[in-house]
Amino acid sequence: MIRVENLVKTFGTFTAVNDVSFQVAEGEIFAFLGPNGAGKTTTIKMLTTLLKPTSGRIELDGLDPAVRQNEVRQRFGIVFQDPSLDGELTAWENMEIHGVLYHVPHKLRCQRSEALLEQFELWERRKDRVKTFSGGMKRRLEIARGFLHTPKILFLDEPTLGLDPQSRNQLWTHVKKVNEAEKVTVMLTTHYMDEADRVAHRVGVIDHGKLVAQGTPQAIKEQTGAATLEDAFLKLTGSTIRDESAGSADQMRQFAKMWSGGRR
Amino acid sequence: MSAIYILWLRELKRYTRSRVQLVASLGQPVMYLLALGFGLGPVFQKAGGGSYLQFMAPGVIGMTVLFSSIFSGLGLLWDRQFGFLKETLVAPVPRLQIMIGRTLGGATVAVLQGLLVTVVCVIAGFRPVNISLVPLALGFMLLIAMVFAGLGVAVGSSLEDMQGFQLIMNFLVMPLFFLSGALFPLDGLPKVLAAVTMVDPLSYGIDGMRSVLLGRSHYGGMVDLEVLVGVAVVFIMIGAYRFSKIEI
Repeated sequence: MIRVENLVKTFGTFTAVNDVSFQVAEGEIFAFLGPNGAGKTTTIKMLTTLLKPTSGRIELDGLDPAVRQNEVRQRFGIVFQDPSLDGELTAWENMEIHGVLYHVPHKLRCQRSEALLEQFELWERRKDRVKTFSGGMKRRLEIARGFLHTPKILFLDEPTLGLDPQSRNQLWTHVKKVNEAEKVTVMLTTHYMDEADRVAHRVGVIDHGKLVAQGTPQAIKEQTGAATLEDAFLKLTGSTIRDESAGSADQMRQFAKMWSGGRR
Repeated sequence: MSAIYILWLRELKRYTRSRVQLVASLGQPVMYLLALGFGLGPVFQKAGGGSYLQFMAPGVIGMTVLFSSIFSGLGLLWDRQFGFLKETLVAPVPRLQIMIGRTLGGATVAVLQGLLVTVVCVIAGFRPVNISLVPLALGFMLLIAMVFAGLGVAVGSSLEDMQGFQLIMNFLVMPLFFLSGALFPLDGLPKVLAAVTMVDPLSYGIDGMRSVLLGRSHYGGMVDLEVLVGVAVVFIMIGAYRFSKIEI
């Protein structure tokens, strides 16, 4: 369903994604793991038509996102890592816009919006503007919105960031449900290794833009001789903290792109 | 089509909900109208130009539409900052439709804002010479709005964040306003200034409004119309192209 071959993305002199190749089969849940700034989000952005790769090949359901953008966009849904709601609009209106943009018929849209808002406990606040919501509520709304339509492929970029255990549990139950019932292929990133271990069929570990390991959680644990996925992850990527690299990379990108915009 | 509609509606909702912004945005045109309209009125009268308030009311209306529409286009930058832009960019809707929805919404808001200022002008003493031609002025407002909403999207698509905003304000928006003949008659200008005003699309918008509201025109109403339609088409095409190329 997802096929990535020798994918490279550079921002100026900085290589965010360096020769990454992997495949995700239909109906599979694939967890993409890596420290901050490893290149997870950049990869997802390239898969979801938001960025063009420097080189390499991508196929989603047999289509190249860089060329056949509209067809590819019809096939996936995404929950972004950072907020993407309109704060001036209400929760319900945010759902409404999403439903219309994704061609969900009116009646179905209302039914599903109601069910999802109920499930993520936002129904009472549906008429309130999103800017009055707490961080966790916004996050829940983004996730509820992401499930409004049923895509072939679902991208979840650190969906559980800032969620309480209850909502996290709700989320993963729902992910498993759509994966099993509707054969939705799921590609997710997370920093919680236990979640990846529990939910994912296969995981890929990326570090410094390079894919350092991939396989079932079990295989990765065996390969590194670690008891838990977390230990395996630390063995693979080392224990140095490097959350700065994301910041400076982003900054550099912003600086370089401020005037060139979409020209590249 | 429904995507265009829902994004158009979004712009309107955002506009009607921020009452503070609505009132605040009336401040500047009212100040121009009152301070300059009444302040320069006697001089203008002595120079044989007639009532300055009458003369500059269309200019102030045009200014309002200019600011409002160009900022709606630049609203892209806010949406980029607050993330909503991504939501629309990955949706299975051609980007052209998304851009058109936003642009129409921004233009509609700009026209509403222009109408509000028109009401303020009338309260201040502005009287169109021929009431039956007022709807035509509305048409010119809409054209101005389309031209600059298109320009706003084109510029907004090319910027990454708000740092460029001040630059746009000082080197694009203010010159567009000051060099448009909003505040002074276009007849008998020095050659350089005359040339500059001729390339400013807003000149034609305000001249067009003057031709229908006051019955006086520099370029002629038809020329104004043609130029505005042409420029609107070009700017919207550029805006659509730039928008289609956005990467986040």
